[in-house]
Amino acid sequence: MFTGASQFAYIGVVGAGGNLWAGAATAALLGTRNALYGMRLATMLQATGLRRFAAAHFVIDETTAMAIARETPADSRYAYWATAIALFALWNLGTLIGALATHLLPNPKALGLDAAPPAAFVALLAPRLRAREPLAIAFAAALVALVALPFVPAGVPLLIVAALVVIYGIRPR
Amino acid sequence: MTGWAPLLVAGAACYAIKLAGLSLPQRFLGAPRVQRIVPLLPVALLAALVATSTFSTGRHLVLDARAGALAVAVVAVLLRAPFLVVVAAGAATAALLRLV
Repeated sequence: MFTGASQFAYIGVVGAGGNLWAGAATAALLGTRNALYGMRLATMLQATGLRRFAAAHFVIDETTAMAIARETPADSRYAYWATAIALFALWNLGTLIGALATHLLPNPKALGLDAAPPAAFVALLAPRLRAREPLAIAFAAALVALVALPFVPAGVPLLIVAALVVIYGIRPR
Repeated sequence: MTGWAPLLVAGAACYAIKLAGLSLPQRFLGAPRVQRIVPLLPVALLAALVATSTFSTGRHLVLDARAGALAVAVVAVLLRAPFLVVVAAGAATAALLRLV
């Protein structure tokens, strides 16, 4: 699962005591945007056969942003693969260090590490709030999740929010 | 092994979504409703994650040092701080609030 927000969301749900499948569903729903990125990248990358299967793994926010900012398809391909290789290596190196080193921390809460996920989610959310509609949806989603939280198993508030977004988006206008 | 199944399924789903984006004809993903709904999903889910990871422990709503950390993280984001600075500022705020 090489798509950071989905990784964080999975851990967020499971770490809060949520059902593992609720975590998996949330991770997949957060990953749906990568399909739209893939659609935009398809014409630039011109990846066929096995190359397409390899290219697909690296379709994320950062590689898409770097690729679509170039002038020519050749430059886009270069930017895409350079970003993909660098990010993939460093991201997984960071994950490995975290996995090996965190047990050395005696009391993660005293270091405020339980406040790191909310801060990370805010940082991931902020660039998507540049218009009024997403801003309103963000506040509504936060409210719905908190209202639902005491009444349903952990992780399920996120699925309720996702379902409401689909209903909101599907209605005729 | 049961603990790994949801993770493996989520990983496979995330990969399949990407591959579909590269492979499907444009008319599927270009449909107006898909174009409307898909960008809103991360907005709503991330906002819900901000709320639940700040104001809850298990199924209980709580107000603790994480709320202060969130406020500082929001300010850091508004000041266009880089990702790691936002996360570190949030964690440091919670740590400090617990000291006092």
